[in-house]
Amino acid sequence: MTSTISAVPTSTDQPLLINGRSFRSRLMVGTGKYHDHGVMARAIEASGAEIVTVAVRRVDLDRSKAEGMLYHLSSSEYFLLANTAGCYSTDEAVRYARLAREAGFNEFIKLEVIGDRETLLPDTEGLLSAARTLVKEGFAVLAYTNDDLITALRLEDAGCAAVMPLASPIGSGLGLLNPYGIRTIKRRLTVPVIVDAGVGTASDACLTMEQGVDGILMNTALAEAADPVAMASAMRLAVESGRLAFLAGRMPRREVAMPSSPAQGMLE
Amino acid sequence: MTDLEIILNGERRQVPGPATVADLLRHLDLDPRTVVVELNRQIVRRIHLQETSLSSGDTVELVHFVGGG
Repeated sequence: MTSTISAVPTSTDQPLLINGRSFRSRLMVGTGKYHDHGVMARAIEASGAEIVTVAVRRVDLDRSKAEGMLYHLSSSEYFLLANTAGCYSTDEAVRYARLAREAGFNEFIKLEVIGDRETLLPDTEGLLSAARTLVKEGFAVLAYTNDDLITALRLEDAGCAAVMPLASPIGSGLGLLNPYGIRTIKRRLTVPVIVDAGVGTASDACLTMEQGVDGILMNTALAEAADPVAMASAMRLAVESGRLAFLAGRMPRREVAMPSSPAQGMLE
Repeated sequence: MTDLEIILNGERRQVPGPATVADLLRHLDLDPRTVVVELNRQIVRRIHLQETSLSSGDTVELVHFVGGG
């Protein structure tokens, strides 16, 4: 169904490059909060995403032979990006990152160091220190951060492969709260800027991509949609549409009207 | 045969001993390719699972990938 929808003409855009790896899709999706693994797999397929995030948790030893989530996601088809979600300190995040790498997929880690349980906003001090450690250990660090330029610049200086400022808090669906902040981060950084968290619906994704960022990562917007597969298609189109509009270059904003039809040739 | 008492994923547990980490995974019916093992806060690389012995009092964490954002 989704394959009939044309993508952004590849001639007008470059592939997304992160740490020397090339990706076609600028939409990345999470795998959390789905009620059904089958729906998740179909939603991810409809999204067109290549990068798919996963979390590291204890094996549940009481559930005998429960089908692992990876059973539904071929690691040859998708690029699995492990996160350090739920970590509240540098040490904890570094420990999770090492465990994720040992699982053996790739050197990428989506680094989260959370500073507050209510807002899940990042602890930027802990984040920077974890980023420095992990970069030294050879990780490609994609750092989840807030919309603050200074932290973003420091993360880039620390050697992060990508910086991931939030649109709004994780799981909030509040959309892009600070377009100026995101635009500024994108303008000032050299590494890819991927907006992570807070996108609620297609217009949020489109508006976010129109700021010129390199991509978006979302989870709840799909998993909690009434129809995750349909929302995934909508998000795919929105990300492509926003990207194409950014590349096309929007018209200037004016405070006064300017007629679209000729002012000459009107009847007397 | 002596049982080993280890802390496994945060819970005290008796497992048949002597045992290596690979034996433990077999005992739990877990596929070593889908699990990462931490023994006393040190990751046990997959190639070392067969030769790493467990002792009573060890703390073992078994983790894997789950859904997440």
